[in-house]
Amino acid sequence: MIGALIIVFREAIEAGIIVGIVLAVTQGVPGSRLMAGAGIVAGVVGASLVAAFAGALASALNGVGQEMFNAAILSLAVCMLAWHNIWMASHGRELAADARKLGQEVRSGARSLFALAVVVAVAVMREGSEIALFLYGLVAAGGTTARDLLVGSGLGLAAGVALSAVTYFGLATIPPRRLFAVTTGLITFLAAGLAAQAANFLQQAGLAPLMSDTAWDTSAILSDTSLFGRVLHTLIGYSDQPSVLQVVVYAVTLAVIYALTKAFAPRVARRPPQTPLTQNG
Amino acid sequence: MTPPLPLLALAIALAVGVAAPALADDQTQVQLTLKDHKFEPAESTVSAGKPIVIQLANQDATPAELESKELRIEKIVAGGGTITVKVRALKPGRYRFFDDYHEATTQGFIVAQ
Repeated sequence: MIGALIIVFREAIEAGIIVGIVLAVTQGVPGSRLMAGAGIVAGVVGASLVAAFAGALASALNGVGQEMFNAAILSLAVCMLAWHNIWMASHGRELAADARKLGQEVRSGARSLFALAVVVAVAVMREGSEIALFLYGLVAAGGTTARDLLVGSGLGLAAGVALSAVTYFGLATIPPRRLFAVTTGLITFLAAGLAAQAANFLQQAGLAPLMSDTAWDTSAILSDTSLFGRVLHTLIGYSDQPSVLQVVVYAVTLAVIYALTKAFAPRVARRPPQTPLTQNG
Repeated sequence: MTPPLPLLALAIALAVGVAAPALADDQTQVQLTLKDHKFEPAESTVSAGKPIVIQLANQDATPAELESKELRIEKIVAGGGTITVKVRALKPGRYRFFDDYHEATTQGFIVAQ
């Protein structure tokens, strides 16, 4: 039972943290809960489909279907995160000091919510399909231990949801005026980590046969399969044995998102002193 | 002044689609089977410095996930299914792989010499 709990929880960590972050980022924006919920539902449906057609997916595209699919949806998530950051920078920067105004501004940004819902769906779908397959294996194997294992899996899933809550409430303790900067940073690192994962799938498919040497091995210091390692893996993309290509992709993604966020931010970031409220309409 | 969503989506599709399919020659094949949650052979020897192609045939009815951090692979194989993964040219050493769903009991090694 403990084994099943650990396996399911391990798979649920990434999705759990991402859902928590998205909920915190969109906190107070009307419709955001609905969007996040829709993202989760879409993710679960997608995960079930991916699990059901795992065999067909694996043999698609000359046997690299699974890698291409993973690389594609991870890249999609990276772009959605980048786009969200850019949107927030271009619309909300000068208002960042006033959380309520920022909320109003975001209110008009349904597209930004949509981008984050896609990110939630991708995270849930990727991790969820592995959980679905694991559960399917348990049920198919049958026997008296199956029920025990399913209970363990349920608890593992619950722990993943709890991690979502911890992430959300943790971020909620950050003062609103700081939250914007913190989440912008979080999302940038999250995106870079996902981009590095996508690069690995392309390498595994043999589509990026370059810079494949291991850049470093810190598995003895902090294994990325440990709980803390997994959390860091999601938050900043920590990997204990990355390829050189992964490191390069990671760094480039960080730099590009940072540069784009800067480029799209309004030139005039400071508010003019003592502007009468009436002029703002 | 933000780039429209569809444009971004297109950009990803292009980026992934254009990734050049290259490299084929001089690869070492490693054939593995998974039966009763055991890898066969449990240990394979390959030449160091040559890219490897691992083919895994899952003869169990249950799905498995072939995973290895050292080899940087992570791929689901359906019950009764077969998968192929590419691995970089290895430095001499002993590399562990396992079924992520049964990590403690289902593992194997690739030894590069």
